[in-house]
Amino acid sequence: MKIHRRTALLGVAASWTLGSTSLALAGQTANLNDPRFIVIILRGALDGMAAVTPYGDPYLASHRSPLLLPEPGQEHGMFDLGGFYGLHPALAGMHELYTQGQLLPIHAVAGHYRSRSHFEAQDYLESGADERMASGWLNRAVMALSHSQTSGPDGYGLAMGLTVPLLLRGKARVGSYAPAGSHHPDADLYNQIAALNANDPLTGPALRSALKARGFSEVVVGTRSHQPQAGKGPKRDTFTTLATAAGQMMANQKGPRIAALEIGGWDTHAGQVGRLNGPLGQLDRGIVALRDSLGAAWNHTAVLAMTEFGRTVRMNGTGGTDHGTGTIAFVAGGSVAGGRIGGTWPGLKPSQLFENRDLAPTTDLRAVAAGLLCEHMRLPEHQLAQIFPGELPTPLSGLTRVT
Amino acid sequence: MVSLGTINRFGLGASGPEQPLLSIKDWLASQLHTTDKASFTGVGSCADALIMLRTQRTNKMQGDPLIKPIFQAEVTTQLNNVLTSQQPFRERLAWFWFNHFTVSLRQGSTRGIVGAYMREAIRPHITGRFVDMLVAVMQHPAMLMYLDNASSIGPSSPVGKRYHRGLNENLARECLELHTVSPAAGYTQADVTSFAAILTGWTVDMKAGRPGFAFQPGKHEPGEKTVMGQTFPEGEVGGLQALHFLGTHPATYRHIATKLVTHFISDTPSPQDVSHISGVLHDTGGDLTMASVALADLPGAQRPPGKFRSPMDYATAVMRALSLQDISTQPDDPHSSSHTLFSAFAALGQPLWTAPLPNGWSDLATDWAAPADMLARTDWAWRMAAHVRSEDPMDIAHATLGPALRQSTVTAMRQAGARQDALTLLFSSPEFQRR
Repeated sequence: MKIHRRTALLGVAASWTLGSTSLALAGQTANLNDPRFIVIILRGALDGMAAVTPYGDPYLASHRSPLLLPEPGQEHGMFDLGGFYGLHPALAGMHELYTQGQLLPIHAVAGHYRSRSHFEAQDYLESGADERMASGWLNRAVMALSHSQTSGPDGYGLAMGLTVPLLLRGKARVGSYAPAGSHHPDADLYNQIAALNANDPLTGPALRSALKARGFSEVVVGTRSHQPQAGKGPKRDTFTTLATAAGQMMANQKGPRIAALEIGGWDTHAGQVGRLNGPLGQLDRGIVALRDSLGAAWNHTAVLAMTEFGRTVRMNGTGGTDHGTGTIAFVAGGSVAGGRIGGTWPGLKPSQLFENRDLAPTTDLRAVAAGLLCEHMRLPEHQLAQIFPGELPTPLSGLTRVT
Repeated sequence: MVSLGTINRFGLGASGPEQPLLSIKDWLASQLHTTDKASFTGVGSCADALIMLRTQRTNKMQGDPLIKPIFQAEVTTQLNNVLTSQQPFRERLAWFWFNHFTVSLRQGSTRGIVGAYMREAIRPHITGRFVDMLVAVMQHPAMLMYLDNASSIGPSSPVGKRYHRGLNENLARECLELHTVSPAAGYTQADVTSFAAILTGWTVDMKAGRPGFAFQPGKHEPGEKTVMGQTFPEGEVGGLQALHFLGTHPATYRHIATKLVTHFISDTPSPQDVSHISGVLHDTGGDLTMASVALADLPGAQRPPGKFRSPMDYATAVMRALSLQDISTQPDDPHSSSHTLFSAFAALGQPLWTAPLPNGWSDLATDWAAPADMLARTDWAWRMAAHVRSEDPMDIAHATLGPALRQSTVTAMRQAGARQDALTLLFSSPEFQRR
């Protein structure tokens, strides 16, 4: 049996152009103070406990001592977040936001589903449901917002990248934008591809040579092992480019108001300590780039960085962690009530772990998203049912400062 | 049951779980004994396109405004067949023979008629006799224009004497060297010149109501000519006799047997394999169905994949694996699968109908595994994989490679953090590069 699909292929590279007003907008009433909402999907499952480490938990070291970075105050140590948590040193820009009250990490979150398959979980995360749907919750939010707002622009979603993620697919029209040079995999995937072909007499040498020519180091193209510096690609940081472009478009009076971006490289089954520097650095620079390019509009912006699930509390046999459940979510922005850690810490005593292996989830990720939609985007609460089918999450309140 | 290895080696890349309950030989034969199920919509004959070309020239129209839509329609309908064919071996043969008798857009103003050439001169003959395909090719405007024979004039012919024009050996030389006997037959420059003289007058009449092939006696070199020791009479009949001589020559059978085995079995065909196929050609008077099906007899047919996929093979296999096979009725729809495939051929180094030289595209791995080409495949596959929205990558891997799928690829795919990454790993694995 064949599956025939109507699929929009390529050619989407520049449906939007920087500075243009190619979007159909509802008149000139668009307001520079419109709230902006940006979702960053961290594909591959970020280890929340590595990004925001509960170094004050007495059981932490017993589970993953080799994964732990020096505590705050020590050389190359984490940034302190109030005495119990430490922020990963690659997140310097986000730490600055935290000190300014503009970053709110929420710990021990998970979607409503309990799947440890990347593909299923990402589909559920983006569907906003415990099943795979044909549209994503952010697209349904765009639909709902454009109906409820009489003065704002309608159809104002934007996907950054070559394709529209499920999160933003659906009935509402969305634009997409991908700058030149962003059209290839990241260093880590290249690394795995080189390893897959390493012993092939034809493709092995060819791929090694091609990757070197593109500026990847010997480490990336030569070995399977993940050295601390492995995964460093060429200088160009695609995500920062995308984030800057998104910020500039959204800062525009007539620009989009909702956008989705994604970063891969979080699936740290081995050599986690070294491998996380790359993607965390990308996330950090990307969020800073959003702030800088949004300018004054940053004060009306909320960014949600979310991942499909967390990773095992205990280190595995290869210096990494396997697929888990509870993890971190980051909310950032000028109007975010940050400078604190949100959520409820479940504890790391073996009996407190979910299925004796994962960080137990205490906050439904959909409640975070719903909170931002209602409080920040001013979505009437009764419309949440259209966006999150099934058991309704209670939207978290107090995520943003009332302005 | 036909193995996935066979489906890949002799087809266009597995698509979906169908594995016919047939022997290799019966599976190949079943595709050639039934009629060609390819369908072509929105395209016309070579003569229709030549009328458009003539109109463009007469009215000095710039930018190919009448030819462009014809070309787009040909790309769409022909690549739709590639993407969806249920007779993949037949389809592969059509492209194999097109490549053998290459016409390239690089010269000869063939843009409007290259598709018609494939439909009119190549496809009808891939299950017939080789010599019939040879004659159809040599009398098709696309080949006559591509290799300049349309303007070759016998120096002693009336037209030649009046305008002091002469021979163009291009088509005659390539016909001997590439299409038929090959240099192994030991022909000389004198044979080339003589064969060119035989083919004078074989031209394209652009002034006719239905423009197309014409033998124009006024351009034909008078007198008998001798090629490889055989004497041929003056006139069109001399050319037909020469083509019959060349098209059934043992050296020709050996040459095309070598090319068939190289294309389907191995970059380094064994003498036994070549002898088997050329023997079938010899015994059957050049029956291409028999010769094609006989490929199943070769020991290499059942061995693990032995051929490196060309960019066309590769891109086609990826799109079929991902079921990106929607048929667009809009020839100019840039999002259609056929246009995506067309763009992919170019991006991966094998632009459609644009071989650099008359010898066509290479069939050897060493010509396709350059570093930049390998990375281009990975980057393209990564972009394609982004469009897969619900299928399990592992299901696609098993359905397309079967037992050829290596454990290391499975492991890497299992650990991939995103569907797109898992599929990119599959399509960048050494086993997917081969058929």
